Amino acid sequence: MLYSEKVMDHFRNPRNVGEMPDADGIGEVGNAKCGDIMRMYIKVKDNIITDVKFMTFGCASAIATSSIATEMIKGQPIDKALELSNQAVVEALGGLPTHKIHCSVLAEEAVKAAVKDYYDKHNIKYDQKLYCAGDCPCVHEYDKKNSD
Amino acid sequence: MIYLDNAGTTKVSAKAKEAMLPLLDEVYGNASSLHTAGQEAKTYLEEARSTMAKCLNAEAGEIFFTSGGTESDNWAIETACRYGKMRGKTHIITSAFEHHAVLHTLEEKEKQGFTVTYLPVYKEGIVHVADLKKAITDNTCLVTIMLANNEIGTIQPIKEMAKVCHERGVIFHTDAVQAVGHIGVDVKDLGVDMLSLSGHKFHGPKGVGALYVKKGVPLFNLMQGGAQEKNKRPGTENVAGIVAMATALNESLGEMEKVNKRLISMRDKLFDKLSTIPHSVINGSKSQRLPGNFNMSFEGIEGESLLLLLDDYGICASSGSACTSGSLDPSHVLLAIGLPHEVAHGSLRLTLSKYNTMEEINKVISAVPKVVSHLRKMSPVWDELEKGERKHVI
Repeated sequence: MLYSEKVMDHFRNPRNVGEMPDADGIGEVGNAKCGDIMRMYIKVKDNIITDVKFMTFGCASAIATSSIATEMIKGQPIDKALELSNQAVVEALGGLPTHKIHCSVLAEEAVKAAVKDYYDKHNIKYDQKLYCAGDCPCVHEYDKKNSD
Repeated sequence: MIYLDNAGTTKVSAKAKEAMLPLLDEVYGNASSLHTAGQEAKTYLEEARSTMAKCLNAEAGEIFFTSGGTESDNWAIETACRYGKMRGKTHIITSAFEHHAVLHTLEEKEKQGFTVTYLPVYKEGIVHVADLKKAITDNTCLVTIMLANNEIGTIQPIKEMAKVCHERGVIFHTDAVQAVGHIGVDVKDLGVDMLSLSGHKFHGPKGVGALYVKKGVPLFNLMQGGAQEKNKRPGTENVAGIVAMATALNESLGEMEKVNKRLISMRDKLFDKLSTIPHSVINGSKSQRLPGNFNMSFEGIEGESLLLLLDDYGICASSGSACTSGSLDPSHVLLAIGLPHEVAHGSLRLTLSKYNTMEEINKVISAVPKVVSHLRKMSPVWDELEKGERKHVI
């Protein structure tokens, strides 16, 4: 099997999937040309991420990484959500094939992009350098590094 | 299990399997040995060669057994290039949507100083003979165009192109891996110089194929080491595989008309019913197409997800999405017929065989719209399309 049972579970039964019309922050990363786009919605109250939703266009691992990422940050303080790394996402899923690592990077970037959007909307200062473009060549760099 | 990936590989037919058994059991001699055991194997081998030749309207001496389509393609290209170089000719013409066995081999040739022209295949997925006429020069040593495409099943005007080549003294090779055993292939009528085929695409076993080489066309060795295949292809023959392949091809020809009638009715039902999914497109010509080939794209979804969810319904399909190939780009075939990247990612290929039934097709017709709709519901691309923030392209 290409994917772990955990990946297949999150792919078949994605958690927190759907739109959030009253989101406090929305992040979208990826590119349809490359075959994967993730959109992450967050609801924030007293610096805590009280609710998360996602929508993903992409392969099974793209759907699974976004699904598990929502579970990992829901109920967490923003600072903690920003610490979410792609490695943590991979580990939580019981591993990913090397050419799918970029999906975990997209999930990390989608969370960051949603937080950044929340910060922007609420005039909260942050360090710009912490947020990558989340574009397609950028995330796919991880696959190249892993296959070398 | 509903197996609909017959362009990938097929089930070995009962007759082919049965034909193979004596060669794995009592007839185990080496066909090159002079003793009785060897000569017995040799008889099987040569009978299989005659059968293959008869099926293709070739002479037995024009059939060279190989390990499959990839080796046959490599061999044809290598030999034509060597012959070309001897005559100072270093230009090759092919199409933009060949199998990688051809495209990657030609990339190697480019590194060795050959120049390659890639003919366009247009929206229909068909090479225009006029483009070949324009591209061919006095420096051209080889034209290699597939008979039928492996992803979209479109059939190329091989006869007309072979004629153009012969008027200019150029060798014409066709990769007929997807066509042989599925539509009538008559090498004399087509007028090709070389033709590649593979046993496992028409219910023969894997690891065996053939290269047809017209008498008089120069043939150089890829490998050294033995006198098999008229000194051209060393290595002890896979007699069991060869006999099974010949049996399978003969069987396919015998039932082709009947089988194709069924395949076309099942395939066209798939096209008719699944075309009702909004923002979907049939990839490639519907008329100039292999009877068992279905290929469509659905906007706003990605192919690998589609495949894996169909697998949960017991349906084995394939896709041209980048994720199924492990590369960044979707299928070069779908890009060659002009599909935008994002649409090419959302493609579905179903390739039918004689073992499929209308009952299975009806299950597919019920499953695909559910899976497409499930994936669209969670797709931000589809969301943008629906809200008019992104323009529909199909």
